[in-house]
Amino acid sequence: MNPILLSRLQFAVTTMFHILFPVLTIGLSLYLVVLELLWLRTKQEIYYRMYRFWVKIFAINFGVGVVSGIVLEFEFGTNFSRFSQAVANVFSPLLAFEAMTAFFLEAGFLGVMLFGWKRVHRSIHFLATCLVAAGGILSAFWILAANSWMQTPAGYKLVDGKFLVTDFLTAIFNPSLPVRLGHMLVASFETSMFAVTGISAYFLLKGKDEEFYRRSLGIALWMAAFLAPLQVYLGDMSGRNVFHHQPAKLAAMEAHWPTNTQGGAPFAVIAIPDMEEERNLYQITIPQGLSLLVTHSLRGRVPGLKEFPREDRPSAPILFWTFRLMVAIGFIFFLVMAWAGVLWRRGILYTHRPFLRTLVVIQPLGFLATEVGWITTEMGRQPWLVYNLMRTAEGISPIPAGNVLWSLSLIVIIFGLIGGSYFYYVLKTLRRGPDLESPIPPIQRPAGMPAREKAKGETEAKG
Amino acid sequence: MNLILVWGGLIGLVMILYVILDGISLGVGLLFPRARDEQERNLMMDSIAPVWDANQTWLVFGGGAIFAAFPVVYGVLSSGLYIPLFTFICGLIFRGVTFEFRGEASRKEPWNKAFFLGSLVAVFSQGLMLGGILTGIRVEGNHFAGSPLDWLNPFSVMVGLALVPGYMMLGSTYLIIKTTGAVQERAYREAAWSGLAVLAFMAVVTLWTPFHYPLVWTHWFSPPRIYFVWAFPLMGLIASYKLRKSLKARREILPLVCSIILFLSGYLGLITSLYPYAIPPRVTLQDAAAQPETMRFVLWGAGIVLPFVLGYLIYSYWVFRGKVGQEKYYG
Repeated sequence: MNPILLSRLQFAVTTMFHILFPVLTIGLSLYLVVLELLWLRTKQEIYYRMYRFWVKIFAINFGVGVVSGIVLEFEFGTNFSRFSQAVANVFSPLLAFEAMTAFFLEAGFLGVMLFGWKRVHRSIHFLATCLVAAGGILSAFWILAANSWMQTPAGYKLVDGKFLVTDFLTAIFNPSLPVRLGHMLVASFETSMFAVTGISAYFLLKGKDEEFYRRSLGIALWMAAFLAPLQVYLGDMSGRNVFHHQPAKLAAMEAHWPTNTQGGAPFAVIAIPDMEEERNLYQITIPQGLSLLVTHSLRGRVPGLKEFPREDRPSAPILFWTFRLMVAIGFIFFLVMAWAGVLWRRGILYTHRPFLRTLVVIQPLGFLATEVGWITTEMGRQPWLVYNLMRTAEGISPIPAGNVLWSLSLIVIIFGLIGGSYFYYVLKTLRRGPDLESPIPPIQRPAGMPAREKAKGETEAKG
Repeated sequence: MNLILVWGGLIGLVMILYVILDGISLGVGLLFPRARDEQERNLMMDSIAPVWDANQTWLVFGGGAIFAAFPVVYGVLSSGLYIPLFTFICGLIFRGVTFEFRGEASRKEPWNKAFFLGSLVAVFSQGLMLGGILTGIRVEGNHFAGSPLDWLNPFSVMVGLALVPGYMMLGSTYLIIKTTGAVQERAYREAAWSGLAVLAFMAVVTLWTPFHYPLVWTHWFSPPRIYFVWAFPLMGLIASYKLRKSLKARREILPLVCSIILFLSGYLGLITSLYPYAIPPRVTLQDAAAQPETMRFVLWGAGIVLPFVLGYLIYSYWVFRGKVGQEKYYG
């Protein structure tokens, strides 16, 4: 077995499992901020109930995200130690900053958020919710800065195969960071909001706790109404960013072989790309479409994949289809929101059964779009670890393939177990439904003042 | 050179914070099977529920900091200690997911086992890694050049076993502070015998290490270290004597303080044995260091951010101070 392939496979399995959880963590934390704000503002009990219900899903999700993320933190070293040691001067500070500014923030306030109801003032609790959400967003910032640096390296100089930093701000705010960060954050929010609407629509169809799920659905739909069009726009920007900085990746994504010399490049709607024959075995195209899309002009020049040496080409069949799947899902979400707008105007948003059924069906699509989007971007970086500078094969650890085969099997088994349990307990929590009865904890004194007598049975602190 | 010393010190501090803080959580996990019923297990779980994630985050930060300041250490150790590092992480995975999963589960038994075994695997693997580092790691051209099982030997197994009572001692002295009644009563007893076991293991390690590793022998018994190296075993002895006394006197906070000092004595002894080597027997901190610009950049960041982090972490411990009781975070 090939240790390079195994290490890549292991990293792919780890990241693809892991990313599902932060997506929902980041999105749900924003939703929770909105819910708690609504509760504090309107004093309507139902928002508190909604918070307590959705925070349970959040907590289960957060736990799995944290532990699967630890694997990643060390996998750079275990499996790609040559890469790690070559890029450390530029790359590793981003991971250190992620832990310092994001993970501690999340971990430090998660306890207050989940268990602090009877111990802190409501405003402090709200602050904790906001800080946990901020932690999620910051963590996305740093990890995307790191990944974007691998895609569009900047702020470095190469000396004897080692990357030395010349300017950290340039390295962090490298050319692809802003748009990719925006794209990923909106993906997280959008995916999570469609997850909430799907779950809520399911219970509305069943006629369970209708008021509760109507509100949940309504708020999530409002948020999605802003997000879905925004994502289409960010997606377009992201595509053009790839065109400017990683033309080989764009050519593979679009199955675009020869460079257009006269006239615009066609856009392939469907294609079966063949890497050996350097052409599409079958395709349906829109004339000038690709030029229009990426250069915003009918005749713009778009370099074809043939322009790049064979050994520098990413896989067109994989990129073409994963990219199209992601784009299709983005448009499905966009159209569903347009439909929602029409139904809302007609006042039947919460009762129109075909619409609710659609929401249930499309609920997992956001996660799928995130996965295929990341496959597009990471497979599109191949054969490079650091784009155009360091090949994947040069970056792996000096360890035998047996090691990797062992750890990969271990990871697959454990993630299978953990993932299965995760679904089981999330579904169980959903089936149990919201708790509409337990008393709301009384308002505590602001922090900094000694806590007053606790409810009976609770022993007081010694200080 | 100063930058390297500062970073060495900062990482040393982060590592011992991780060892003590997560050691408490792992110790509670190791003591988990000794609870008599689900209610007691719920109490033990609740005692660490609001803080375990923050405790574990010191590991993630430590990993990132080593990667940033001493990339050679990060690369060489994680590929050289590949197998125990993965078993360590797998243990942490089971330990970590148990909090939420066990809370939701109607059958708690499988997760009780996962919590204990996850903690046990994580602790033992930590010992294997530490033992592996002390044994020495083959490095050529700044890359790992040994074979996958170099870390496995009687010494590393012994270090792995030694950590088990060590963390039990931290966990039980912490439970003394956080609980009352039967759980606390048992924690007093557990702290007493695990404290003794720790002392015994430390004696064995102290005698074994210099005889086994010539580097440690020369370090200990030549100036300047010979003038102060004896202070750490002495510190350990005093700490364990105080621990016994405070347990007998049914003190609540002092036992944990003594356990921490006992751990510190071992840790300082360890550093004294190794310094200036980052990866024995050959790679020094100097050899392993990153570009000065990188070290300076992250140091600035740490200097600004870490005081806030420490502040709000202390705040969150303070919010959840006192005995765990009827709040029932889980279950």
